[in-house]
Amino acid sequence: MDLEFTKEQKILKSSARDFLKKECPSSVMREMKEDEKGYPEALWAKMADLGWLGVMVPEAYDGIGGNFMDLAIILEAMGEVCCPGPFFSTVVLGGLAILDAGSEEQKKLLLPKLANGDLILTLALSEPGAWYGTSVINVQAVADKDEYVINGTKLFVENAHIADYILCAARTDKGGSPDEGITLFLVDGKSKGITCTVLDTLAYDKQCEVVFDNVRVPADNIIGENGKAFSVLENLQEKAAVGKCAEMVGCIQTAFDMTVAYAKDRKQFGRPIGSFQAIQHHCANMVIDVDGARFITYQAAWKIAEGLPTSMEASMAKAWTSDASRRVTFLGHQIHGAISFCEEHDMHLYYRKAKAAEVAFGDGDYHLEKVAQQLGL
Amino acid sequence: MDFGFTKEQEAFRLEVREYIKTEMPQKWETLGYTVWEETDESWAITQEWNRKLGAKGWLALTWPEEYGGLGRSPVDQLILDEEMAAAGTPTGVETMITIGWVCPTIMLFGTDEQKKKYLPPAARGELTFCLGYSEPDAGSDLAAVSTAAVEDGDTFVVNGQKVWTSIAHRADYCWLAARTDPDAPKHKGVSMFVVDMKSPGITVRPLINILGFHSFNEVFFDNVIIPKESLVGEKNNGWYQLAIALDFERSGVGGPARMKQVIDGLVQYCKETKRNGTPLWKDKGVQQELARLAVDAEVLRLLCYRITWLQINKKTPNYEASVTKVFGSELLDRLSNVGMRILGPYSQLDRGSKWAQLHGGITRSYLNSPSMGIGGGTSEIQRSIIAMRGLGLPRK
Ligand SMILES: Cc1cc2nc3c(=O)[nH]c(=O)nc-3n(C[C@H](O)[C@H](O)[C@H](O)COP(=O)(O)OP(=O)(O)OC[C@H]3O[C@@H](n4cnc5c(N)ncnc54)[C@H](O)[C@@H]3O)c2cc1C
Repeated sequence: MDLEFTKEQKILKSSARDFLKKECPSSVMREMKEDEKGYPEALWAKMADLGWLGVMVPEAYDGIGGNFMDLAIILEAMGEVCCPGPFFSTVVLGGLAILDAGSEEQKKLLLPKLANGDLILTLALSEPGAWYGTSVINVQAVADKDEYVINGTKLFVENAHIADYILCAARTDKGGSPDEGITLFLVDGKSKGITCTVLDTLAYDKQCEVVFDNVRVPADNIIGENGKAFSVLENLQEKAAVGKCAEMVGCIQTAFDMTVAYAKDRKQFGRPIGSFQAIQHHCANMVIDVDGARFITYQAAWKIAEGLPTSMEASMAKAWTSDASRRVTFLGHQIHGAISFCEEHDMHLYYRKAKAAEVAFGDGDYHLEKVAQQLGL
Repeated sequence: MDFGFTKEQEAFRLEVREYIKTEMPQKWETLGYTVWEETDESWAITQEWNRKLGAKGWLALTWPEEYGGLGRSPVDQLILDEEMAAAGTPTGVETMITIGWVCPTIMLFGTDEQKKKYLPPAARGELTFCLGYSEPDAGSDLAAVSTAAVEDGDTFVVNGQKVWTSIAHRADYCWLAARTDPDAPKHKGVSMFVVDMKSPGITVRPLINILGFHSFNEVFFDNVIIPKESLVGEKNNGWYQLAIALDFERSGVGGPARMKQVIDGLVQYCKETKRNGTPLWKDKGVQQELARLAVDAEVLRLLCYRITWLQINKKTPNYEASVTKVFGSELLDRLSNVGMRILGPYSQLDRGSKWAQLHGGITRSYLNSPSMGIGGGTSEIQRSIIAMRGLGLPRK
């Protein structure tokens, strides 16, 4: 057992932090709120130069051939500054789906572009009427000669408005059970019949409603096997959930650090508020939440990196970290008093971001249920 | 022991309900406005609503008739508050400040002239106050205020800065806590004043809150000259008056009725909404959370009834008010949290999005929720008040 990062991981972590602190301070999240695209292009290009976009892409496809732990380290650093943009949807959702289930041609075509920063991807999974998971897929894809015709509405699709490709989970067959008959399509983002509406969301991210109206996709653009996408999507969501945990770990670490620094600095009744037992107890509770989140997340990331079964650990990580993030960012506000209820103060960025990550890929309740199932309940 | 209401009181409840049904402004309802929102539009609506209530004598129901009230009992006030809160009527924070907190304090400590000057127009909905308490270095430690009011002939000269002053940009007067004796122990050198916000030397600078509303402000006093009659009560006795005003502030009794309404709304939503094909209400977790909230809201209602009971007996609620404040604000936090969990991914959407649920009200409530345990005295301070004032635990 070794609960420390390797030397390489330590270097990655500190360089990622330094880079983002300089290139992506919290002001960027504020600026991107009003930005149509939602990310600074120069920052994206620099991330490509650093090899981040190809962190999981094998060297044969122009990537740097890292593993999920490396990815988690980058995501954590991004969480620390609430870094906006299409990294998660491109590298985690699109990239891992193609890596795990794409054909050789698809990999050859897409992965080098991905690593070079020339590709923005996203996953269209959620639908109206669904909450979390894959159990409601009603968007239809009907075969028509060597094409499929997709119809229906997807929700909460991150960055669909700028995506070169949308990976769309659609129903190609009724299937014996809801798990069967789902197919994953690589849909050109500029296809005729796609309408994207950016939703005005809590964390100022660019999640979209995407309406597919007779969108035609070549049959070659199926990722994985026809009708067999369920397990690909389950696997992907597990990783995505852990990825979100890594973001949250960074997010709440910053919120926590800001708060402890403030508690030492702010004086009332002639002494630092951090000297009051009430505040000390809040801080102690935050330590449990932050440290707990960190370890349970690292464990899940490590298991993925090692190629071990991760369902249980991933759900445990997402359950704990989702709830911990909510508590920590809330106490962050509480300990700051009114100053953090001010728009200008950064705490609400973390409060917002924590919520968005909490409801992405299953909240605490959803994952607790999964844990219960796996315990045999 | 009797938790019931008299026939007359029940009849009054029906009268109020009927009135709200016919008079509630459409726009407020369809936009799903809530008390903590602050826009030109919401201000116009709340002002109009106040004037309408004022004309009926309902805005200041319990005040004596000479000051524009109807001299009714605290129980009638409770009924009115409950019904208005349940319906979510356009009651802004300025109404609570003016009618609920400042004017009752003036009634206790003000001169006859002061009462005549401020109370009747306030009861008509034509005059509003803001609260000039907090300063950059005096938050929880409110007795540390350093804004100074120096006596000079027939006037006081005010210098200093206030912060987080809600609706200072709209209010007619400021209910100001200022230091009048810099040499006395900090609790013994504070006085309370009513200051015309149009006085030369006052600058109001907006602060935008995390919901994006301009609701609170910084207020700067630069050699503001105010007449001697601005002093309310005894000079240097302000801390005592302030404590009473704060007890009024923490004594709101309408909250549980509003929460009950939100809980009922969520129950209805869970009945009508399917999650992954299953009706939401069938979810055991959801059932449990909603049930727990309903129980807690009922407990809060009874704790609030205790406040009314104290008022009937002519007592000013003290630590009992802190009990409802801390329990109520934390319950509201939990309610927003449960609501957010029920809405799941949709909890990220505010009104304006066609996918927003329940007008986005839960989402805004979630964003507002960090302020609940801070404004009006933080939860930590409330717990200390309960421990020290209520339980007599030692201060040091
Ligand atoms: C929405 C909103 C509206 C407001 N409107 C007004 C208004 O109209 N007029 C006005 O004057 N003020 C207003 N306020 C200010 C409010 O009264 C103060 O924010 C509040 O009293 C806390 O002060 P602070 O923000 O300076 O926090 P601080 O006092 O700095 O507190 C920071 C943290 O330290 C804790 N702490 C401080 N002292 C102790 C102690 N002795 N023991 C344990 N813990 C302690 C607090 O509980 C808190 O968690 C408003 C605030 C908000 C959020």
